[in-house]
Amino acid sequence: MKFDLAGRRKIFSHGMTVLSGLAIVVIMVPLVAVVYEVFLLGAPVINGAFFTQQIPYPCTPEPGITCHQGGVLVPLEGSLVLIGLSSLLAVPIGIGAAIFAVEYGGERRSARLIGMVADVLSGVPSIVAGAFALSLFIIYDPTQAFSYLDASIALAVLMVPIVTRTCEEALRTVPHSVREAALALGISRWKMTVRITFVSALPGVITGILLAIARSAGEAAPLLLTLGQGCAHPLQGITAEGCALPLWIFYGATNPYQNWYNLAWGCALLLLGLILILSVLSRFTLDWMARRMRGE
Amino acid sequence: MALVNESAKMEVQDLNAFYGPSRAIQDINLQFADRKVTAIIGPSGCGKSTLIRCLNRLHETAPHAHAEGSVFLDGEDLYRMDPTAVRRRVGMVFQKPNPFATMSIYNNVSAPLRFNTRPSREKMDQAVLRALKQAALWDEVKDRVDAAATSLSGGQQQRLCIARALAGNPEVLLMDEPCSALDPIATSKIEELIAQLKAEYTVIIVTHNMQQAARVSDFTAFMYLGKLIEFGPTEDLFERPKEKLTESYITGRFG
Ligand SMILES: Nc1ncnc2c1ncn2[C@@H]1O[C@H](COP(=O)(O)OP(=O)(O)OP(=O)(O)O)[C@@H](O)[C@H]1O
Ligand SMILES: [Mg+2]
Repeated sequence: MKFDLAGRRKIFSHGMTVLSGLAIVVIMVPLVAVVYEVFLLGAPVINGAFFTQQIPYPCTPEPGITCHQGGVLVPLEGSLVLIGLSSLLAVPIGIGAAIFAVEYGGERRSARLIGMVADVLSGVPSIVAGAFALSLFIIYDPTQAFSYLDASIALAVLMVPIVTRTCEEALRTVPHSVREAALALGISRWKMTVRITFVSALPGVITGILLAIARSAGEAAPLLLTLGQGCAHPLQGITAEGCALPLWIFYGATNPYQNWYNLAWGCALLLLGLILILSVLSRFTLDWMARRMRGE
Repeated sequence: MALVNESAKMEVQDLNAFYGPSRAIQDINLQFADRKVTAIIGPSGCGKSTLIRCLNRLHETAPHAHAEGSVFLDGEDLYRMDPTAVRRRVGMVFQKPNPFATMSIYNNVSAPLRFNTRPSREKMDQAVLRALKQAALWDEVKDRVDAAATSLSGGQQQRLCIARALAGNPEVLLMDEPCSALDPIATSKIEELIAQLKAEYTVIIVTHNMQQAARVSDFTAFMYLGKLIEFGPTEDLFERPKEKLTESYITGRFG
């Protein structure tokens, strides 16, 4: 009887090992398939021209016609502008909210409210964030309703909750003893927060910012409502219509011309690489700063 | 007692301290003599930490905590002063060394200057040097003041925290079981240090260790269940305790 039970346990255990191995394969399949496909279709256009040239005339090669490959300089620049502008808006708000919630809110209701608002905000569909930013401009300044500025506001709405939440967590991991040490030296609360607590939390904060950027850099839906049609012209400024990598993926992949289609896959690969680099970088900064803080 | 009264640096009057509704210390009246070492002893949970955390107004920074009563520093009520000003005059060393992990040794010691008074680099260098020497740490770190504070051993970190507290040039130094995380050698170093510090500072030290209290202090206060049971010159308290409770505590019958 005893032996029998052990035997059944063993079989159960082996069965579970096989099952969890299978589960790993199942989740790896889509990941590998996506990366493989994007690489296969995107890699051929990744060259010097891809990064430096304008979007070409739309064209499909036929006997006797060769098409100009062109490049995605404008969508690339546009994405960088959007990352910069939206971070400029979202990072101070997110950090400010987190500092208030952790360092000043105490047990106050407003402090808990910030966490709740961040949670709700992080559930807002990105297209709704786009609609919000669009309506904001339609009400207050319709001439700039389609612009980098407008799109950045939409993306910032998506970034704020991520920055707030990660920054809050990072601040909460700073030991209470550090705050007490600072207070006991007669350092004012504000200086302690900015120059000691916040600095200790910096690795977590940076990770949060990079995560927020990685999230917003791949968004196309809010851009469809807010960025207008700026892919064909060189960058004209933040109040003009613009373009971005995910937006070009949408345009290029949904039109019949071969060279645009190819560039869309190039953009997909570029975006994937960018997000991968951001994730690795956030991991790396976290490790590096953690090591530096332990004094290694 | 008369002698204490005349040269009291700090005086506690009818002090009560609370965590939420619960009272951790009750009607404490006590004086701390200028440039003397006063030890506070008593069993765990009797309110020693709470009491000394009222002396630099750190108690009120804990959630839901508040204090009632008065604490005078040179005759001036702490609870009518700006808390940051109080803490610059009354330094504190904690039970567990808590150096700023993100800063170098130098930056730890100079923190109270850099963040508060911002003297010139030259003055700061001098203050750091003096504080490190006073804390008997200079010889061990003079070649690596720019190394991370966390690269020091536990005992060195505690002396670093002492140096950091001294660099702000306080008048009173509060120490909450400063040796409890240290080995006997590091402990005796810090005890020697306390003996030297009292030439310049009023030292108030919480300790679990009665031999330590007997060795380092001029006066001793014995607390039990949030109340001050007995207070007097250390020798009297240990050799001729007036209270039954004190006697049973120091003879090791409880606690
Ligand atoms: N942050 C806190 N919140 C609520 N109660 C607390 C808090 N800190 C201490 N207390 C309570 O206050 C009382 C006194 O605690 P205190 O830390 O002053 O004791 P202590 O004499 O320093 O003890 P120990 O020798 O163990 O350090 C204890 O009953 C403790 O449970
Ligand atoms: Mg204690």
